[in-house]
Amino acid sequence: MENKSHIEQLAEIRSLMERSSRFISLSGLSGIMAGTYALIGAIIARLYIKNSETYMEFIEGYSTRYVATSWSEYKIFILLGVAVAALSIVTGLLLTMRRAKKNNQNIWDKSALRMLVNLAIPLAVGGVFCTILLYQGYIGMVAPATLIFYGLSLVNGSKYTLDTIRHLGIVEIIIGLIAAVDLGNGLFYWALGFGVMHIIYGTAMWWKYERKQVGA
Amino acid sequence: MINNINKAFESRVRLGVMSVLMVNDWMDFNSVKDLLEVTDGNLSSHITALEKLNYIEIRKEFVAKRPKTSYRVTQEGRKAFSDHLSALENLLNGLT
Repeated sequence: MENKSHIEQLAEIRSLMERSSRFISLSGLSGIMAGTYALIGAIIARLYIKNSETYMEFIEGYSTRYVATSWSEYKIFILLGVAVAALSIVTGLLLTMRRAKKNNQNIWDKSALRMLVNLAIPLAVGGVFCTILLYQGYIGMVAPATLIFYGLSLVNGSKYTLDTIRHLGIVEIIIGLIAAVDLGNGLFYWALGFGVMHIIYGTAMWWKYERKQVGA
Repeated sequence: MINNINKAFESRVRLGVMSVLMVNDWMDFNSVKDLLEVTDGNLSSHITALEKLNYIEIRKEFVAKRPKTSYRVTQEGRKAFSDHLSALENLLNGLT
């Protein structure tokens, strides 16, 4: 009897420490959705490139330092990227709010705020850095840079949320570094990193943390 | 060994307050209350008890003209709680 209450005490301490310091309501489904949006975005970009003569040199990797001759040439990529990011964030928020409700965790509590701030720091730096790359004309480096900074931001934010996020971050960094070496295939690595990996890790997270709750 | 079981942590609420404060620096009253799902009166009486033992320290400040009270575990409290945890673990290991 005494023994059982001690075990319960330890379990409760553990759960409170976890719940108060980590944001555990991230939804794996939102990862799957974000990956799907990214893949659709990448397909649209690919179709656009196919129809554009001006991009041939860039695609075939003749030039590592591709200088876009006009704003309209890469405007569509930026618009696509922003649209994919916005859709992913909105979907992620909605699904996460739904999960937080189930977990009885407030979506704007301290752990969520800490996770967001830590995600935001490398992400904001990455955003500014990519804008500088665009400004300087290093268009080919933008895709690798977004992957690397996104990965760093995940690794940084993962201290305050599920461990799976840390693995995903490391994978994104590696893909980003490979993309920087294998220049000219930015779109492929972008689809791999933001599309395929989000779907794989989203499914893993869903499998690990949410599957049981669906039936319950 | 059993002597290390700290009577101060026998209450579920005190145990909860200490658990939350061990892994967080300065938590405010309402955040702790939401996590532990207890009433204001219940929580504040346990917090007073922990403060009297010098296990936690209190900081009062005004945020947007409203008073906000935050808590942090002291060195003494950290040690007491760690000892309590080890004692619990030892006890369980001894019995199984």
